[in-house]
Amino acid sequence: MASHGPAASPRIEVRKTYKLYIGGAFPRTESGRSYLVSAADGTPVANACRGSRKDLRDAVRAARAACPGWADRTAMNRGQVLYRVAELMEGRRDQFVAEVAQAEGLRADRARAVVDRAIDRWVWYAGWADKIAQVLGSSNPVAADYFNFTIPEPTGVVGIVAPETSSLLGLVSRLAPPLVTGNAVVVLTSETRPLPAITLTEVLATSDVPGGVVNVITGRKAELAPVLAAHGDVDAIDVWGVADAARRDIELAATDNVKRIVRRPAGVTDARFDWLDDRAAERPEWIAAYLEMKTVWHPIGV
Amino acid sequence: MRESDTGGARLIPRPATEATVNPGIMPSVTSDTTKLRPWSGDRAPAGWGLGDGQAIPWEYAPAPESRDVVTVKDRYGLFIDGREIQSSDKAVFATVNPATEEKLADVARATPADVDRAIRAAGRAQKKVWGALPGRERAKYLFRIARIMQERSREFAVLETMDSGKPIKESRDVDVPLAAAHFWYYAGWADKLEYAFPGRVARPLGVAAQVIPWNFPLLMLAWKIAPALAAGNCVVLKPASTTPLTALLFADVCRQADLPPGVVNIVPGPAEIGMHLVSSPNVQKVAFTGSTGVGKLIHRAVAGTDKAITLELGGKAANIVFEDAALDQAVEGIVNGIYFNQGEVCCAGSRLLAQESIVEPLVEKLKDRLSTIRVGDPLDKNTDVGAINSRQQLEKITELVAAGVAEGADLYQPACDLPERGYFFRPTLFTNVAQSHRIAKEEIFGPVLSVLTFRTPDEAIEKANNTPYGLSAGVWTEKGSRILSMVRRLKAGVVWANTFNRFDPTSPFGGYKESGFGREGGMHGLHAYVRLEDR
Repeated sequence: MASHGPAASPRIEVRKTYKLYIGGAFPRTESGRSYLVSAADGTPVANACRGSRKDLRDAVRAARAACPGWADRTAMNRGQVLYRVAELMEGRRDQFVAEVAQAEGLRADRARAVVDRAIDRWVWYAGWADKIAQVLGSSNPVAADYFNFTIPEPTGVVGIVAPETSSLLGLVSRLAPPLVTGNAVVVLTSETRPLPAITLTEVLATSDVPGGVVNVITGRKAELAPVLAAHGDVDAIDVWGVADAARRDIELAATDNVKRIVRRPAGVTDARFDWLDDRAAERPEWIAAYLEMKTVWHPIGV
Repeated sequence: MRESDTGGARLIPRPATEATVNPGIMPSVTSDTTKLRPWSGDRAPAGWGLGDGQAIPWEYAPAPESRDVVTVKDRYGLFIDGREIQSSDKAVFATVNPATEEKLADVARATPADVDRAIRAAGRAQKKVWGALPGRERAKYLFRIARIMQERSREFAVLETMDSGKPIKESRDVDVPLAAAHFWYYAGWADKLEYAFPGRVARPLGVAAQVIPWNFPLLMLAWKIAPALAAGNCVVLKPASTTPLTALLFADVCRQADLPPGVVNIVPGPAEIGMHLVSSPNVQKVAFTGSTGVGKLIHRAVAGTDKAITLELGGKAANIVFEDAALDQAVEGIVNGIYFNQGEVCCAGSRLLAQESIVEPLVEKLKDRLSTIRVGDPLDKNTDVGAINSRQQLEKITELVAAGVAEGADLYQPACDLPERGYFFRPTLFTNVAQSHRIAKEEIFGPVLSVLTFRTPDEAIEKANNTPYGLSAGVWTEKGSRILSMVRRLKAGVVWANTFNRFDPTSPFGGYKESGFGREGGMHGLHAYVRLEDR
């Protein structure tokens, strides 16, 4: 009686379907389209969703709905929730290292350094949640009998065109600053290197970040970034990952509803930016870019 | 903003006596003197024979502020590189006193070549002089400017009132002192920037292109120039074409202060000159205060560049009055909120949201109060509401008020006499206003209040935030926790609780949503004029 034991046949790997992340769920693109994602060395890796305008609009709606709840969390709670993202990334460290190495063509030790820094960056920004108001807020000594103070509040829905080159560390460095103060975010991932971002959504989904607070779309930036920029219910847009040649058109589209436009510093290129440099890549100004300052007056008297 | 007109036929109706002049534009007025409800303390005794409840017809003797303190020149030049010069094509435009429709002066109209020249002067001064000057030396220049503005305060106030139409008591007690205070406040920051940005080094951006509106000409100049100079930038400023005179008087202050040439340049001209200025590749910072429509154009002009930009745009503020508010105080705040500066205020409380249970007594008290507002000669020290800034603005207000009537809102205007000449408009109050009415949605920029109602705090928030604007809001209630919960939920950059329309150099000001971004005033105002580097 011949039996074919497990050792006799190689196990067939269960592959992952890479999906979008909208409102806490993992839909495939409504358009039914995909595009082939290759490793840095050109080896085909997977089909990623080629997200559509409709996917993007769904993501903005989910973000808008999630805004008030996230903004109303206490600052300490938001800090803990984002710290937990770091905890869960730590548990998936080897997976991230493999994906980043594959996507960015890095040697293992370099990929490890990148992933470690991405995890640590969450920790750095998470710690700002309950401190930024004390650094950026103020009590204002007006020349009359009024109590006058200024407090920061989240801008609302933020669109992020993620860095094209740094698929995970660059993304985390742009994503954490708006999140920590209570904004909700729609991310357009690196077009050529989207897979680490999708794995990050799996971490977000199993952390305590409420559904809709982060929404992630993969696809063609040339098709989707103008839609994100022109969307009337997006309050701010990070154009870091927009190619220089396209930046003016994207920014023009963003002016229709007076969006806050957040840019790379002058002279900085996406491909050359050193995300491992904490002094350059960890900036309270990047948190401030997605804050509105609210000033309150009240008379002092009997 | 367009060129101001000089002379010409007057298009503007006078509701009380001239309703028949323009019946198609201006609706008839619902009030007359017999319906006025005077202040409770001001009812006429029976022996006066005025009838029950009649207002005492107080007569106010004229109390004109003297014009002697200011010498209005026939002709003003551009201020470039420390010198007053003609425009390159010798062109001038007239600036008019909106209270009399008389020409005040001819003002040089900058050409694009003049603007480029001003930008070059500013760039040179920034690199060679101002940017290299230690902060403590910059500070002393700014303190000097503040002091000179204080010394010449009445001259500024009278000139501001003549050129803009605002009441002398406002230019004298609000605009000019606040402008001087703004320079004073930022003077002290010039040598303390390291404390404003801990862990960072603040560097100037370079040349700031600044375009300002006509509603607070000198004050907006101060809001723009003081923080820019404190941080080490040099400026090219375009004042509004209807109100260039105090900016050009400020040029004289710069000369008196021995401010190095090129640090401040002033280029009056039409809107195209402003667009040329902000579009220049040789400016590193753009700052604009004005309408949301023009703000979007300016935002477009800097798209794709590395210029820093701040925009302070329009508003449609809700002033929310709860049933437990101190109503008499609220009435004063509502009046100040919408009739201050003829309502030509971006943060004006133009939408009154009154809780349903008190809307009737509140509106009655408002009507009483409106009957005591004095509209007229801006140079009269008793005047509450002066002249509308320009014919164009008066036409816009008139058109929107007519739209309010046409859409079914109820109009109330007190029966006050308006001067024969000049651009005047009665304080106006609309009741039965729906959120869909134009007068509830559009920024009128005039003395026109729309009254809407609400039942619950949730409904008040829903209505207050139901606008693309988000500049300011007001809350009136005696309950502290309610104030703070409303403050948290209102999408507005400034919230006045149990007060309205207060300003201070230490207090950051600016909008949410389509009211713009960036803050002016306070430490936050410095941020708009620096580039932060690592230590």
